[in-house]
Amino acid sequence: MEKFDVIVVGAGLAGLAAAYTLAQEGLEVLVLERGDYAGAKNVTGGRLYLNPVRDLLPDLWKKAPLERFIAHEEVSLMAKERSLTIRYSGGELAEEPYQSYSILRAKFDRWMAKQAERKGAMLVTKSRVDEVIMENGNVVGVRAAGDELRADVVIACDGVLSFVAEKAGLRKPGKAHDHAVGFKEIIELDPAVIEDRFNLEGEEGAARLFMGEVTRGKFGGGFLYTNKESISLGVVVGIKDLMEGKPAVNAPQLLDDFKARPEIARLIRGGQTVEYGAHAIPEGGYNAMGKLYGGGILVAGDAAGFSMNIGVTVRGMEYALASGYYAAQAVLQAKEKGDFSAAGLSVYEKLLNDSFVLKDFKTFKHALTALENPRLFTVYPELAGNIMRDLYEVPDGPKKPLFRTVKQYLTLREMWAMAGDMRKVMKI
Amino acid sequence: MSEAMGLKAKLGLNVFKHNETAHIVIKPGMEKDPRLKRAILVCPAGLYSENAAGGVELTIDGCLECGTCRLACGIEVLDWNFPEGGTGVQFRFG
Repeated sequence: MEKFDVIVVGAGLAGLAAAYTLAQEGLEVLVLERGDYAGAKNVTGGRLYLNPVRDLLPDLWKKAPLERFIAHEEVSLMAKERSLTIRYSGGELAEEPYQSYSILRAKFDRWMAKQAERKGAMLVTKSRVDEVIMENGNVVGVRAAGDELRADVVIACDGVLSFVAEKAGLRKPGKAHDHAVGFKEIIELDPAVIEDRFNLEGEEGAARLFMGEVTRGKFGGGFLYTNKESISLGVVVGIKDLMEGKPAVNAPQLLDDFKARPEIARLIRGGQTVEYGAHAIPEGGYNAMGKLYGGGILVAGDAAGFSMNIGVTVRGMEYALASGYYAAQAVLQAKEKGDFSAAGLSVYEKLLNDSFVLKDFKTFKHALTALENPRLFTVYPELAGNIMRDLYEVPDGPKKPLFRTVKQYLTLREMWAMAGDMRKVMKI
Repeated sequence: MSEAMGLKAKLGLNVFKHNETAHIVIKPGMEKDPRLKRAILVCPAGLYSENAAGGVELTIDGCLECGTCRLACGIEVLDWNFPEGGTGVQFRFG
């Protein structure tokens, strides 16, 4: 039987950040990954915001295989037959250090795993963790492919379903209401074509979000990110809304219809789809989180529910990297005291509370309730589209005054409903 | 490529390493449980379908291991596990 200082389950961003940090401090770290390589089971939309994690892992970013820095932001209200788009290009988005990058996880995670290995972490791939070994209520190791592996601390970074945290009794099986599902295609296109179609200079990239008809009014939206030589195009939709089927539409159809929209079809024309990926995403926020630590165990990344949708931004990877980093710091502090009990590891929650991770989750704990409002995905996209249509229209007869054109949509009942929506949105 | 590509063809683009045992199984006797119908709508790989007998069937080939069916249907109707290490989908882009 082998004994390590730390066993990290899952070579995603949380697990690799933890392993990298711990190995750097000289601890013996074993990373268990069920895929053929780090990143083989990981999917993102994807973009990574660097600012919150830049200084936690300072040596990592210069050579990291990221795709394009996002210099142009767009959001579209997509109605059935029209759409209204807001495009934002700010000087700060095009200045170094860049705020965010598009990213492909198979590439990035594999590279990051190499960096962790270089620091001394041991990565074992093709290894699924089957059991959590408990003694006197504390986690003391895991069983993988029949082998019993022990450690002072197990860090569960095994993703959104986290069987490790579940088996250790730290969380219950996830609920549909607290999760979304994202599915996307990687569509290869010549870099010059990408730059032309999206008005990009060199390494610049574009991020576009779409809400409304893309999910048939269900909670969620469409996304498009430009990579170096491909486009990530996909849909995220709340699982509860999707399964309730009002209206009934299956997930793959949503993406096919999205691709066929004239706004999208011309952007991907001539492109070659090379992969189709999907993943569930925790979106329940602060109120849906399980326990973050127990005797001999810490939970980080998606496994801990660290992913958040606040409409304008959808983020998870920074929380994964940061929580992995803080899990490592908690282990180091516990090791100093020689106390790996729940009390000894409770410093993890304190570290997260003092960091942007749990501060953000507390700030935005009402975001899900506010965003779940179906009017945001049905009424507003159509309303915005109709107002724009009427404003731009030149009829074959006399044109109505502009104010009256807009006002016809803003009935007393509609204004009342909007005030109600506003009250909810103001909680975000 | 604006014309819709078949879902099977799309899944065919992915790298899958075959495993003899299905990692997700509909629990025996649960085929007609209404909770399973949700999987038909939510599965991004379209692996669940209704059969002539009114029950729900699952074809595991092409599973993206996203976890959505477990979240939608629950563990009373699905026996859900990840495929053995080194098998199942291996994303090249992610």
